[in-house]
Parts: sequence; structure tokens; C-alpha cells
Amino acid sequence: MKQFLVFVRKEFYHVLRDKKTLLILFGMPVVQILLFGFALTNEVKDSPIIVVDYARDVASQSIITRLGASQYFKLKRNVLSQKEIIESFRDGKIKAAVVFPDHFNEDLEHMNKAQIQILTDASDPNTATLVNNYVSAIVRDYQSDRTELMAVPYQIVPEVRMLYNPQLLGAPNFVPGVMALVLMLVCVMMTAISIVKEKEMGTMEVLLVSPFQPFLVILSKAIPYIALSLVNLGAILLLSAFLLELPVKGNLLLLIGESTLFIICCLSLGILISIKARSQQVAMMISLVGMFLPTVLFSGYMFPIENMPLPLQIISNIVPSKWYYIIVKSIMIKGVGFMYLWKETLILIGITTVFLLVSLKSFKIRLE
Amino acid sequence: MRTLIFLLRKEFKQIFRDKAILAIIFVMPSVQLIVMPLAANYEVKKINLAVVDHDKSTYTQKLISQITSSGYFRLQSYNASYDQAYESIKSDKADLILEIPHGFERNLVRENKEKIFIAVNAINGTKANLGGAYLSTIISNFNNEIRMKLTVGSRFSQVPTIEIASSNWFNVHMNYRLFFVPGILALLVTLVGSFLTALNIVREKEVGTIEQINVTPIKKHYFILGKLIPFWVLANVIFTIGLLLGRLVYGIVPAGNIGLLYLFVGVYLLAALGFGLLISTFADTQQQAMLIMFFFMMVFILMGGLFTPIESMPQWAQIVTKFNPVRYFIEVMRMVILKGSTLRDVASQFIAVIVFAVFLNGWAILNYKKTS
Repeated sequence: MKQFLVFVRKEFYHVLRDKKTLLILFGMPVVQILLFGFALTNEVKDSPIIVVDYARDVASQSIITRLGASQYFKLKRNVLSQKEIIESFRDGKIKAAVVFPDHFNEDLEHMNKAQIQILTDASDPNTATLVNNYVSAIVRDYQSDRTELMAVPYQIVPEVRMLYNPQLLGAPNFVPGVMALVLMLVCVMMTAISIVKEKEMGTMEVLLVSPFQPFLVILSKAIPYIALSLVNLGAILLLSAFLLELPVKGNLLLLIGESTLFIICCLSLGILISIKARSQQVAMMISLVGMFLPTVLFSGYMFPIENMPLPLQIISNIVPSKWYYIIVKSIMIKGVGFMYLWKETLILIGITTVFLLVSLKSFKIRLE
Repeated sequence: MRTLIFLLRKEFKQIFRDKAILAIIFVMPSVQLIVMPLAANYEVKKINLAVVDHDKSTYTQKLISQITSSGYFRLQSYNASYDQAYESIKSDKADLILEIPHGFERNLVRENKEKIFIAVNAINGTKANLGGAYLSTIISNFNNEIRMKLTVGSRFSQVPTIEIASSNWFNVHMNYRLFFVPGILALLVTLVGSFLTALNIVREKEVGTIEQINVTPIKKHYFILGKLIPFWVLANVIFTIGLLLGRLVYGIVPAGNIGLLYLFVGVYLLAALGFGLLISTFADTQQQAMLIMFFFMMVFILMGGLFTPIESMPQWAQIVTKFNPVRYFIEVMRMVILKGSTLRDVASQFIAVIVFAVFLNGWAILNYKKTS
């Protein structure tokens, strides 16, 4: 045991000595929280659009004023010819064009029906969908204001309530995602690389011939990274509570406990990779492909899992961060207790056990 | 010149000797290019719906069947009370609760007005917003139908309506893969190019072989060119493979000029590799290099407009994106491949990338010292 502690201390020295790495390890979560918290959104805001107004009457002008006044759009110079519309799309300056045909108001008054055309740049389908939705909503508003005086009968009024996140902020969705990402990165990649480095430099042989238990050598390498991860976890939680005003709603101890479980899961994956990989470059690439991308893709904070093809949905089940993401989201945002999370917790324990067993089994004392 | 050729031969030999790295260089981007676009999709559909129907009338039956047949919603459960439905939101089984009050049909007819309650799990704001909007549209259509039926012949059956015809340019079916494949390809080419350059040089530092090269009469710029050219070639090969995969797997045929794409990639790669080179002059170990690289790449990717639109960012963030070379590459890829933009359309991006290439490589060469 004393020997083990000595080894752990040595590893701590190794980690703490490398200031550049430390700086980035702690800078990473801060920058991510800042970016996700304040810069990144899938919402549409100030989207540049043009209006093509052939009608130039009361109705079209009034709708254009509403479009311009909304926070969603920024009206660009008015164009009239088809060629100019195509050109503005092509150099990427606008996201949509709203076209009012001739006699817009007249049609609306006399025939009770008029048409507006929306041309969207669907090379970005998400923005196109949202732009479509917002223009429709503004037009619908205009229309109902117009008919309000008529007192329409038999109205169904939907009352929509947004649970957990009434202002529809991005933070509640991504903070759990950033947590999963950062912990994964520190634990899997850093552990794997620091072990493989000893192999590559030849110092592993020295350690293996020492009277110290070989598997403990590897374990002692993992311990500083557990500490680092917990510090990072604390930093993220503090930042999200004070900067993004997103405190932990549920039980903090439960959250820390589950996070520790996830950290151990990641470490065992890191150890497994380090046993298999021969060079640092290989270890790094495997960790990138093996955990970073799956974390971004399959944990569900970027892309909804239910939209994916079935095989990918099945694969997503073996990605630990998916379960961790659900757990964090539930504890932090919904504030639910362990009762709702035992299933996810069991799955995480299961995955961890498999990683540990496989790495124990494939661990060899001798180098090839 | 002869020195350079020897150096190049050495580098290529080293790359091709390591089968694991070779597999990573070629297989990894291909797999990602095939898998990632399948998963990357912001479409909102299959929203799980928990219904609390206190009325159980013919109207509510009809409304619910209209909602479920819209294709956006999946009926998850019928619940006796709101609390019960709320439980299924808590345990993540449902995304949205629709509560229809008691006496819905009767009140609607007698009192001309009736409420319907919708509660959405809004942790994912965009999804909640769209889900709520879809449901409101369906309800409003249903409302119109009922009104038509109840008010035949009166003036209300003819409320003036504005029809909205929308057409989606450049991507008629709103296919997310068309959007993501060019962007992801841009990302992969950048990643492979800059990561490999940085790691390769730092590895020589770590193993100590760089000192051996430093004591030889090889000139500084020959050494650097010898490192850059192989990865420039490799990244171009990957780009070609990516274009082919995009065509074979996703049927994406560039609308614009392919020569223009290669011209741009050629210049852009100089910037990307220059960045890797610069990082390598700062880092002492591969672990460090990787982490620094990773940090910057993460910022570049998130601020590059790959996943979220740049126009929606706040002003300060938009200014930050101007210093992000990846942003210009992603933009140009999408513009040329999807919209068929010409050299004139992408001129400003071209200039930006040239500036980056000169600046990054210049800095790296200044920073690279033969003696430590």
C-alpha cells in the first residue's frame, strides 16, 4: 500500500509538472461553457433576408414592417429581378426571400385569398425550417389581427407551457453534454496517452521488472486523472451555477456519485486503449474515434437519437456518455432522485465492468 | 533540391511503414464521413406524446387522431391525470403532454371558446419550440375544420386567408446530409492535416531524432517543407476520397466547379498545415501537442458554423469567427458544392485563407529554432 502511494505521488508530480497541459485541461471546460453558453445556438436570430415586393400595397408593406421589426430577421436591400435573387443566394448573403405577388391586398380583400412565396436557402435545412416557421407565424399574426374585428367563433386556444426551461435557453441542454465531453476527454485520452508514453519511451519495461504489482502501475497512473476530473467537474458546476444561472436542482451528492462512476468507466476505457495501442499517435486516434465522436454524436445533446437509423440507435446504447448525459440532465435540470435513474446507473456499472474485465484479461506483463 | 527529395522520401517511407497510422489516416475519415451524416440530423419528429383526455368526446378523438397521423408525433400513453403524464416526462418517456379539459366539446360549442393545455419538456429548447409550433398548427387546422362545419353559409366560413407557398432552394427535400457532408469533409481534412503535422514533428522532438537532423547541414526551410509536403499530399488524397464517398454513398455531386474546390483546398491546406507546424514549435511532448491542438480544433469547429449558424451568434462571437480558418473552408465547401458558387462569389474567403497561410507559416518558421 505504501509503495502504491509512492507511485501515485510520482504520477501526480508528472501531471503537475506539465504546466501547458494543465492550463489547457482547465481552460477547456471554461471555454466550452462560455461558447455554448453565450455564442452557440441553433435558433435563428437576425437572419438576413430580402423581400421582393411586387405588390407595394398596404398589406404587403404592413407585413414587411412586421418582418423587419422581429428579432429573427434582418432585411437586406430590396431586389426585384429573378437574377438578382439567385445571385444574392449564391454569394451566401441571404437565407431567404419573401415574395409578394402583384395585387396582394386586392386579392386578399376581394377573393379572400392571397399568396406569399417564401424561397429559402435550404442548403442549411435547420435555418430554412425555422425561417419558414417564423415567417408563417408573423403572417398568421397579421392575418388574425386583420380578422380580429370579425370576432371569430368556436376558438380553441392552446396554452403552451415550457417545462424546466421556460425561456428556451440552450444551457440546460448542453451543460450536461459538456460535462460528459470534458470528463471523457480527461479520463480516456489523457490516461491512455500517459500510459502508452511509458511504453513508447521504454520506461514501461523498467516499471514492469520492478517488484511492484504490474497492474497497480497502471492504476497509479489513472489516479491523478480522477482528481483532475473531479476538479474539472467542480469548475463546470460552479461556472454553470454562477455564470449561466443554472444551479443543480437535484441532489448534489448523487450527482457527484454518478459522476465518479462515469469517471471510473472512462478510466477503464482509457486503460483498455492503452493496453491495446502501441504508440501515442495510435492511442490518441483511437480515443478520438472511440470516444470523442461517439460522445458528440450519440449522447443526444447535439442530435436527437430517435432520428437516427436503427443500427446507430442500437450502437448508441453502448456509449457510456449517453447514459451519463441522461443522468446529469435528470439530476441537474429535472431534479429527480435515484428512483428514476437506477436503470441508467446499472447500465453504466455494467459497461465499466466489461471494460475492466477485458483490460485485466488482455493485460500482459511482458512486452512484445 | 536533392536534399528535399531525400527528406521527402524518408517521410513517405516513415508514414507508409506504420500500418496503424496508415489505417487511421485513410479508414478513420472514411468511416466518419459515412457514419456522421447518418446521425447528424436536427429534424424534429417522433415527438413522444402523453395525452390526458378528460373529455373523451368525438371531437377529442378526432383531434388526437389528426395529431398522431401528422407524422411528427408518436402517441406514447393515455393518462388519467396530469400528474401521471408528468411522471412519464420525468422518466424521459414522453416529451410533450396534451391535456384536454373536461367538457371540451360542449364548451367549445356553447361558449365559443375553449382552452387546451400543452406542456413541453423544454430542456432542448429548439426541439420544444418546434414541437409546440407543430402541435399548435395541427390544432389550428382542426379548429378551422370545425368552424367550417359549424358555420356553413355564414360569413365566417370565408375568413380571408394568406397562403404561404415555400420552396426550398439548393436542397429541395431539406436533406440534412447535403448540409453536413461537405462540412464534415472540411473538418476531417483539417483534422487529419494539422494533427498529423503537429504530432509528427513533436514526435521527433520527443524521441530525440530532431536533434540529429538539427546537427546536419539541412536548411530550416527544407526540413519544414519536407514535413509539410507529404501531409499536404495525403490530405488532398483524403479530400478526393471524401468527394467520391459523398458521391457514391450520398449522391452528392458538386454543383460548382471541382477545379475551384481543389484550388481552394490546396491553398487552405497550407494554412491548416501551417497551424499544425506552429503548434509543434510550442509543444514539447506529443501529449501536449495533442491537447493544444484539440483545444483549438474544438473552438474552430464550434465557431466554424458546422453545427450552428454563425449569423445567430452574438456580435462578439461573429467577430471571433473571422479569425477562424475552418469557418471559411466550411463556407466555401457548402457554397460551391450545394449552390454552385463561382470564384467571384468566394473571393473574400479565398483572400482570408491566403492571409492565414502566409501568417501561420511565417510565424511557425520564425518560431522554429534549430538550437534549443
